[in-house]
Amino acid sequence: MSAGNGTSASGAATLEFREVSYRIGGNLILDKLNLRIVEGRTLVLLGRSGSGKTTALKMLNGLLFPSDGQVLVDDRATTDWDLIQLRRGIGYVIQEVGLFPHFTIGENVALVPRLQGWAPDRITARVSELLDQVGLEPARFLDRYPRQLSGGQRQRVGVARALAAEPKLLLFDEPFGALDPVTRVELQDQFLELRDRLRKTSIFVTHDVREALRLGTEIALLHRGRLEVLATPGEFVKSGGPEARAFLATL
Amino acid sequence: MTIPPYLLQEMAQLTGEHIVLVLIAMAIAASAGLPLGVLLTRRAALRTPLLGFANVMQTIPSLALFGFLIPIPFIGGIGKRTAIVALVLYALLPILRNTLAGVLGVDSAVRESAIAMGMTGRQLLWQVELPLAAPTILAGVRIATVTTIGTATIAAAIGGGGLGVFIFRGIASVDTTQILAGAIPAALLALLSDGGFSWIERRVSIA
Repeated sequence: MSAGNGTSASGAATLEFREVSYRIGGNLILDKLNLRIVEGRTLVLLGRSGSGKTTALKMLNGLLFPSDGQVLVDDRATTDWDLIQLRRGIGYVIQEVGLFPHFTIGENVALVPRLQGWAPDRITARVSELLDQVGLEPARFLDRYPRQLSGGQRQRVGVARALAAEPKLLLFDEPFGALDPVTRVELQDQFLELRDRLRKTSIFVTHDVREALRLGTEIALLHRGRLEVLATPGEFVKSGGPEARAFLATL
Repeated sequence: MTIPPYLLQEMAQLTGEHIVLVLIAMAIAASAGLPLGVLLTRRAALRTPLLGFANVMQTIPSLALFGFLIPIPFIGGIGKRTAIVALVLYALLPILRNTLAGVLGVDSAVRESAIAMGMTGRQLLWQVELPLAAPTILAGVRIATVTTIGTATIAAAIGGGGLGVFIFRGIASVDTTQILAGAIPAALLALLSDGGFSWIERRVSIA
């Protein structure tokens, strides 16, 4: 981990899915997925429930491993990584947020830097900087507990926690899915602002095509474990496959 | 009602014995039950046999369990040691069960976050699972302690001492004063420890 200031464009990861299949029981969840994500891009994995998008995401931080094929992070298969180090270099934001209820907001955000052995005053400075970045006044929020926050505030903390140790890769699993529409748009705006400033490689899972078009630099449409479309948002709206049209019809 | 002076000194002595019996049994039960409970959270295959064993122990009538142990070599015989073994066997189930339930009850999103952020198995256990399970585990220790204080009165039947000495003697000599001299302090001890645990639980619980 470099000291860094957290706003540089360097330190972004390159990802690759190489002929990745995933089976559980008799079900094929992912079917020979091939996908490469260049550093600094934001790829949205779009698809219905059960399309395999969350499964694909969880393979990037080694929560799941392919039944066949390989997932590469920075040209190294996840099976060859020291998983603890791999995961500490990846920010992870999920719909349920998953803040530790017995930690204060400050302690939650400080988690990965602390695990990585940062000096205490560097952690303190970093936590305040991050809370500011996600629009939560440090003086008001540092010592509160997650249960004292609204859903939107909690998810802001979730984003701050994911960014804390200057990860080279950010994973978002329907992070804004449980929020009210107004809060969701606020957090999407903030996501775009962070995306353009930090230029981290990001993968964003959603079933909301509107969100996909807004947030992605690329959109990968998954259907029954297969990659149906890989396109920029501009191209995606013109694509003609049946599943893409089904999604575009929801606009 | 005044306590006959000839009883007072013996009451103090037997109450002390009773407390020592309970403390030793609880210390052993907790130091075996907590790690075993954590082990059960990691090894699902062990849950049925271990919980089954602890369950069966609970179903044996306590007087019979004390009796069963007497002929067993090393852990058996007459006296305190046998009594402590029986009390430990009784106390094990609530501790095991609540440790398991407490750790498994941790929100799966919290656990997944901890793993995804690169916590090691040990960090996950000590920094997330055990603190969040603490109120449930403590409730198990509380139940076990209160039950053990009551069950420990039966230890006197096999020469284990404690407040049961009064009770058995009182029954044998049809002397209500003696029975009460054993039963009242035992009940007070149970209430006191229950209150103590409830105070600790309030301090530990985060909600």
